[in-house]
Amino acid sequence: MISIRNVSKWYGEFQALKKCSTEVDKGEVVVICGPSGSGKSTLIKCVNGLESFQEGEILVDGISVTDRKTDLPKLRSRVGMVFQHFELFPHLSILDNITLAQCRVLGRSKKKAVEKAVQLLQMVGLAEQQPKFPAQLSGGQQQRVAIARALAMDPIAMLFDEPTSALDPEMINEVLDVMVNLAQSGMTMLVVTHEMGFAKKVADRVIFMDRGEVVEDQPKHTFFENPETERARQFLSKILTH
Amino acid sequence: MFFDWSAIPGALPILWQGMIVTLQITLVGVLVGVLLGTLLALFRLSPSRLLSWFSATYVTIFRSIPLVMVLFWFHLVLIPLIVGLLFPGQRLELRFITALTAFSLFEASYYAEIIRAGILSVTKGQLSAGLALGMNRGQVMRLVILPQALRRMVPLLLTQAIILFQDSTLVYVINLDDFFRKAYNVGNTVGTLNELILFAGAVYLVICTLASGCVRQLHRKLTVLAR
Repeated sequence: MISIRNVSKWYGEFQALKKCSTEVDKGEVVVICGPSGSGKSTLIKCVNGLESFQEGEILVDGISVTDRKTDLPKLRSRVGMVFQHFELFPHLSILDNITLAQCRVLGRSKKKAVEKAVQLLQMVGLAEQQPKFPAQLSGGQQQRVAIARALAMDPIAMLFDEPTSALDPEMINEVLDVMVNLAQSGMTMLVVTHEMGFAKKVADRVIFMDRGEVVEDQPKHTFFENPETERARQFLSKILTH
Repeated sequence: MFFDWSAIPGALPILWQGMIVTLQITLVGVLVGVLLGTLLALFRLSPSRLLSWFSATYVTIFRSIPLVMVLFWFHLVLIPLIVGLLFPGQRLELRFITALTAFSLFEASYYAEIIRAGILSVTKGQLSAGLALGMNRGQVMRLVILPQALRRMVPLLLTQAIILFQDSTLVYVINLDDFFRKAYNVGNTVGTLNELILFAGAVYLVICTLASGCVRQLHRKLTVLAR
């Protein structure tokens, strides 16, 4: 579904990504972890072309992200993305946040878009919030709306860029619960996160990145019980001791 | 020194005509200025070097020339030249059109900078979110970024409108009868020029103070809403 092949990216002299490669198959859940500055977020943003890269290739459902002939907006509309800071549109109600792109991008009727939005808001447990504005919701609620907004486009895969990093601890679980349900429903997911509990529960594979490189790309059991590299072992011991 | 205000009550209908001209200039200046200003701001921020250069040059030029000069130049050269080319041989009354054009184009350069700041104040994450949903850049700008930018800039845009309202008195130099010039003319004819000019000043003072108060209130409301 998502093929990342030898992707390299430079910011001037600084190389942010070094020949990163991986595959995410249909229905697979892959977690990317690693220390901050390791290039995880940069890599995931390359998948839907929000970041450019100089070398390598990324295919989404067989379509190249970098090919000039690719209709990038169309490709993006088929891949949902959830951001660290939610990025709901503050001037629009919760309902309008979820219907805007359905109507403008997919050309759905207002009625159909609202139906879809209400159904998804029920799924994330926020049906009664639809007339409110983002600023009136808690961080956890906003992030659940953001997930619903992405799902409203009927994506073939979902990208999560540190979806719980900006949340107060007591709100992390409500977001993770939605993500676990989504994973179990068979959604293809690429998730940048430090939530190792989430990875243990639903991930098929875990990718460990450090200094722009994919250091490990393992089935989750291998990664947690028997990581190959010293760097991954150190990282795990740091975040799993408490 | 004694003041003689007796000419004012009888002159009110004439003064009102002048006020209508003043208000028309202000309104058109604000509306066209904001529209053109938005366009210039978008040009300035566009990836096209040519558009960006055009906008930067436009803004720099208009912000570096005194408004009086712009009015004079439009009045004496530019508008007669253009109209002469379009309607050769006709003598047309052009002062009002000149004022509207000059103010619109001049204000656009100020509005462009205000709106550009507004657009830049909307975080990059909003652009990413819009793009990630499959909207193209134009849609994200129109539906996501501009509405937020303009809303944030409303107090500044209105403050600029108040300045424009005052600056419109400069049409004096092209003999256009706005409120101020009407007052001047009445005073000159009747012989109580000081009184009429004092009265005109008081009217500007009251209107602008009230308008500024409203903008402050609005600003407070918007700040609360933004929390």
